[in-house]
Amino acid sequence: MPDEQKQTPPVPQDQSSRREVFGKLGLGCMLAAGAGSLAFGYEFLSPNVLYEPSPITNAGKPDQYPVGSVTTNAEAGIYIVHGPEGFYALSATCTHLGCRTAWAPELGLIACPCHGSRFNQAGVKVAGPAPNPLPWLRVSISDEGDLIVDRSAVVPPRQFLRT
Amino acid sequence: MARSFQNYLGDLRESRVWQSIFRSGSGPSNLHRSQAIQQNLYLHLFSVKSRRSSLAIGVTWYLGTLSMVTFLILVATGIPLMLYYHPSVPQAYADMKDLQFAVSAGLFLRNLHRWSAHAMVLLVFAHMFRVFYRGAYRPPREFNWVIGVMLLLVTLFLSYTGYLLPWDQLAFWAITVGSNIMSAVPLLGPKIRFLTLGGNTVNANALLRFYVLHCVILPLAGGMLVGIHFWRIRKDGGLYSGKSGDESQPQVSQPHE
Repeated sequence: MPDEQKQTPPVPQDQSSRREVFGKLGLGCMLAAGAGSLAFGYEFLSPNVLYEPSPITNAGKPDQYPVGSVTTNAEAGIYIVHGPEGFYALSATCTHLGCRTAWAPELGLIACPCHGSRFNQAGVKVAGPAPNPLPWLRVSISDEGDLIVDRSAVVPPRQFLRT
Repeated sequence: MARSFQNYLGDLRESRVWQSIFRSGSGPSNLHRSQAIQQNLYLHLFSVKSRRSSLAIGVTWYLGTLSMVTFLILVATGIPLMLYYHPSVPQAYADMKDLQFAVSAGLFLRNLHRWSAHAMVLLVFAHMFRVFYRGAYRPPREFNWVIGVMLLLVTLFLSYTGYLLPWDQLAFWAITVGSNIMSAVPLLGPKIRFLTLGGNTVNANALLRFYVLHCVILPLAGGMLVGIHFWRIRKDGGLYSGKSGDESQPQVSQPHE
């Protein structure tokens, strides 16, 4: 068709050509789609429902823990300590790289098998690479009179529960 | 009179079936030998010609080739292992034990997979040291060095993700420690850990994610990077021979290659 052979009219200096406009539009669409994919991917990879154990643990009746005892609750990963001032609970997860610590009664210390951190009964670090003391966890008494430890609730040290 | 094996091979090469499969045809000329490399899907990544000096063992110690061979062994042993392995808690541990004690040749495949994995990490490091100390990373091979660093990371991530799959104590605590190291990344650390594990603890989601990374995503990424790596060797002038005067120019657009 001879009409198509015609020269396209020159584009004025201060305007973009049709090709440039569509080029920018295309680039904008791709950027938007890319950003959307990133957001979508991030949302998809973050689980909304987790089937992890509840952080709240029933540690039974308080009178099973003699004064001066440190009891390991391996399932929950906590220590129940009955000191002279009262009850408290410590996380058994090392603050260094997350290994499970163990109560060593012969040393009177909590020891981590991975990199050698050691903590005293109050969770204060006495040796090793751990950057922080073992966190104190909230302890309460249920209506039935059981000790309840909430692993998700870290409390400041030296909050004792007296029964 | 008995015909030699060479005669039979010659007849085979002349046959219509052979010539339909191998497009280059056959013959003793350099052209035919070049075409045998150039017109083959797998071999065309390589240079059509190599310097005899660059193929001597002392030049590269074949460390790159050996790394590739261990990768192929890992693919060849890993796929059969997948047929007996369920990436679920706690079945994974039982499957690993079954592979060791109940599956015919399971112990052999698993051990070959494990030892090859160790060998691959070692060989990749050795290959990089060899390239570094010979100066084979210099222009025009800089980008191939970068690809090599990516391949090192893929190798290490493959090693790390494979470590969790036996689902034993060593696996669990190694990944616990490793993922806690991840959370030391400034600002994003805890989020990266959460996304990698698919949760807050090393659990069923983490096992499944590591399995998919180990068996699908990382091998595919590694395979693609290896393809680019080999192709760049050709484009950057073949293996670095280290001789003065070998300032191997990159081959610029050869239309018939």
